[in-house]
This record gives sequence, C-alpha cells and structure tokens, in this order.
Amino acid sequence: MDKNRKVHQFKNPVLNWIEFRLPIISYFKKEYGDYPMPKNCNYFWSFGALATITLVTMIVSGIFLAMNYTPHTDMAFDSVERIMRDVNYGWLMRYIHSNGAAFFFIIVYIHIVRAMYFGSYKYPRELNWILGVFIFLLMMATSFLGYTLPWGQMSYWGATVITNLFSAIPFIGEGLKTWLLGDYNVGNATLNRFFALHYVLPFVIFGVVGLHVAAVHVHGSNNPDGIDIKTNNDSVNFFPYMLIKDTVAMCAFGVAISAVIFFGPNLMAEVDNYIPADPLVTPAHIVPNWYLAPFYAILRAVPDKLGGVLLMFGAIVILFVLPWLDRSKVRSCNYRPIYKWFMMGFFVNFFALGYVGMLPAEGLYLLIARVGLLYYFGFFFIITPFVGWIEKPSKLPLSISDVYAKNIAPNIGGGEKGIPSPAMQKDTNL
Amino acid sequence: MAKKPKNKRRDFLQLSTVTLGAVGTAAFIWPFLKSMSPAEDTLAAGSTEVDISAIEEGQSITIKWRGKPVFIKKRTKDEIDAAQMVQASDLRDPQDDADRVQKEEWLVLVGVCTHLGCVPLGQKVSDMKGEYDGWYCPCHGSHYDTSGRIRKGPAPKNLDVPPYTFLNDNTIKIG
Repeated sequence: MDKNRKVHQFKNPVLNWIEFRLPIISYFKKEYGDYPMPKNCNYFWSFGALATITLVTMIVSGIFLAMNYTPHTDMAFDSVERIMRDVNYGWLMRYIHSNGAAFFFIIVYIHIVRAMYFGSYKYPRELNWILGVFIFLLMMATSFLGYTLPWGQMSYWGATVITNLFSAIPFIGEGLKTWLLGDYNVGNATLNRFFALHYVLPFVIFGVVGLHVAAVHVHGSNNPDGIDIKTNNDSVNFFPYMLIKDTVAMCAFGVAISAVIFFGPNLMAEVDNYIPADPLVTPAHIVPNWYLAPFYAILRAVPDKLGGVLLMFGAIVILFVLPWLDRSKVRSCNYRPIYKWFMMGFFVNFFALGYVGMLPAEGLYLLIARVGLLYYFGFFFIITPFVGWIEKPSKLPLSISDVYAKNIAPNIGGGEKGIPSPAMQKDTNL
Repeated sequence: MAKKPKNKRRDFLQLSTVTLGAVGTAAFIWPFLKSMSPAEDTLAAGSTEVDISAIEEGQSITIKWRGKPVFIKKRTKDEIDAAQMVQASDLRDPQDDADRVQKEEWLVLVGVCTHLGCVPLGQKVSDMKGEYDGWYCPCHGSHYDTSGRIRKGPAPKNLDVPPYTFLNDNTIKIG
C-alpha cells in the first residue's frame, strides 16, 4: 500500500474518516461535482441521466411486483390480475413497470439517435458505444422475458415465435430451442426460467451501465458541435449546472410518463394479452411490442426462415461496428452537409419499419418493409463508408467557446479555406 | 518454448494446472447447463388415445398431445385427390401424400407451423384455409395443402406427422 498517497481533506471530520479508508467522497466529487461538461450540450444530453433513473425505477417497481407474482402457468395470469385488483397500489406498480418499459425504450432510442447524429460513437468513444449497444441488447432480451410473465395470449405466442427463431439455426437449432424452453414447447419450465432471468438481467444491465458511464467520463461527453474541450472556457462543472439541467428534463419526463400511467395506461398494451394463454389457439395477429417492431419487420420482410433470422440479428450486430464503418473524422452531422440527410433518412426509415412491423406482412406493408430493410443495411454498408469518403465537411469552430463567439464576430473562427481547423485534429490531452 | 531445462518442469506444472482447472470448471458447469433441458417427467409425457368415430367426413378435430395441438382430419374425396395429384418434386419439402398418411382418409398432423411455431388456421369451417385449401398460418402467412405440406410462405418444412397407430377403426393412439 502506498503510504504517501495524498488524502483529500474535507472540513467534515466524518467525511475525512471515510475518505481515508475508502476514497469514495473524492471520487464522487471528481466524477459528479467538478466533472467538466461541454457548455454547449443541449437537452439531448439529458437522456443518459433519464435512462439511468428509468432503470432504477424499473428495478424498484419490478421487485415489488415480484413480491406478489407467481411464476406458474396455472397461476401467473391470475396473480397479475390480483396485483391489479387486490394488492394495495398493485395497479400503480404494474402500470409504472409496463409503461416504464416503453418509456425506457423511447429514452434509449433518443439517446442512440443523439449518439449517431452527433457522432458520439467515434474516436475516442468507440468502446463506450459498444457497451451501449450491449446494454440495448440486454434491454431487448429483458423486455422480451418480462412480456412473457403475465401469461396472456400475446405473452405465450410472442415467446413461442421468438424462441422458434433459434430453431432456424441449422443442425443444432431444434435442440437449442428445446434446451432454452426446457420443454418441447413454451410451458411451465419456460415461464419459471424466464422469471428468474427477467429478475437478474436488470442487475447485469446496471453493471454494464456503470462501465458505460465510467467510460464516458474518461474522455468526457461529446457535444452538438462534436469538438473537444480545449480550455476551461469550453466547459461547465456538472454540479450544479448539468445536474439542474437534468433535473428540468426529469420533471418534463415525469409529466409525460405520469400522463400515460394515469390517463392511458393501456395505450401501448395489446388487448389480446388480457386473454389467458391458450396453447391451442394462436391470435389472428401476433404483434410485438412497438419498441421491437422495426426488427420484427425485418424478420418478416425476408421470405426465408434462416435468412430472416440472420438479418434481424444482423440489424443489431451491425451497430457494434458502426465506429469503423464511418470513415469521417468529423463527429457532428451539423458539419456534414450530405451525411446529415442520410442520417435523418435512417431515423425516418427505422420509424417506418416499426410502423409496418405492427401491421400484417402483406401487400404494401411488406413492400415498405423490404425497401426499409434495404435502406437499413445500405445505410451502414454503403452510405456510411462512402459518404465519409466523398463528403467535404463544413468548417468546424476552433473551439466550443468559438461557437458562441461567432454570433458576435462571424470571422473569428474561420480558418483558411482547405486547411482543417485545429479543432478537427485529434486532441487527447483533455 | 523453454530454453533452459529447468523451465520445462515449470511449464509442465503450469500446463497441467490450467488443464485440470479447465476440465474441472467444465465438469462443474455441465450439470447447470443440463438442468435446463427437459426434465424426466416432461420427457415421460405419455401417449394419447383418441376416439375418432364421431368425426364426419371433411371435419377436423384438435387434441392436445405433449402440450401441442394435433390435428386429426377425415378428408373428403376431393381433398385426397388434390393431395395425391401433386408432384412431390415440385414441393419445397418433397413428400408424397402416401408417405404422410396410414389410411388415406385420415390425416394426422402436429398443428404447429414449422416457421415460428404458431397454430395454423383451418380447423374450423369459418377459418381461412389458405390458397391450397388446407391450413393457413396467420402469423407470417404460410399456406399448407390438404396433406399439410408447405406450399407458399416462409415456413421451411411440411407440418409434422406425429407417431400414431390405429388401435382399431375408431381409435387412434398418438405417441
């Protein structure tokens, strides 16, 4: 042990006592007090904090739901109805949890859109992006497992369809499916293990979120102009400025989610899930949760079982390599006149895929899904590498302060034409 | 590799320790993985005997066998003809009708779509039966013919035929 280690001194002797034994006070002061945030960050940068708060809310409401839930095929549906009718505030716990899941995805999708548009995934935050995609994958798995638990018709048939995806794998598929289900079809063994996994995965997510946050704190947050902090003039301390800003965002979010929980708690629910699961009758129209619908649309757009499954998983896996597909050094799409529009097109396309994913796969809807599928993969494999190569980015500001200075003296930030401004060069000595 | 002879002993010890550790870990993990496979009572799910005397021609019933729906259909002459006329080589999963039935009027199928496991429609008179007048899976639009063979849509294989025997003219034992 290093005897010469410098111990932070605080006025409060209790803090000093703790700090000497576990330097956690100085850690929090550094990471959440003095932590420098680019001063140009807009409200898009509040969605990470919102996602964290939602995760905690989901874990807490989930634990209380688990106290009254019974993971058995004969009792699961009734135990959920009992939570709704008889358990004190059970309805509130359940509506917080079910709508919280939907809002969690809304927040995370906006968080991802922000990272893509402003190029947060680029050097030096690639690992941060990878951890984020990993969290997104875990979230999708967790929400799927959770959706099975009420044991309604959509729960049962959703679980059947998704677990059958694995049977598409050649040779080992059927065996793998049976192993995952613990039975030849979705049954009590399946429900039990889904409950166990649904309980534990959020804590895994929590752990990866910890890594995700730790990783972003190494190089600091990106910002709407995609340039690095150079001087103290470019940043503000997290406390109190960003904390207050995040609090404002949290209040707005609270209003939005409360409006749904109290006035439209079933807006995003499927009617069929209020019918108990029946293994002999498939609902006429199996609908995934809206937040998984874009990927479901991709699955159905392919007229081949294995092909559909591969493309659906491929649509998620491709996200992992986005930092290496994009060859442009300019982060923010605000300074990328061509790619900007393709990027917005990608968001619109993803939305369209989600829309047709909720509708029957036939006629025009199927055509839209197929065009959407082409654009989705074309965006990653062709547009992203190619545009980065031919595009001439707009002139970047010299520094973050310069963004504001330009409003007064328009020419301050202008370097000579053709010479990249210093801000475009990699700067790691933050 | 080790240049000095005295390192060989150390290499051997390292290698054997790591190997033993790996084998031990795998042996420890195996019971946990295996515990997720279907349990003995699940595997032992027995056979089911069905009385088919009440089924009219053209009618079809659904029974539950090992948790799955099984369709038992008494086919009409037209349906049998339609099934037999098809060239097996034209099909995605080539199979003659004769290989799928024991008695040509009785068709027994596992009623689980081979795409993603939904139960196809076609058991009720009012159901959609698809373009080949057999079964139609509403989930992703697979069409099956009057022999339960895949004709159109994303499913890769024909509807499974479960193991069954005729105990007598009026009773089928499935499983």
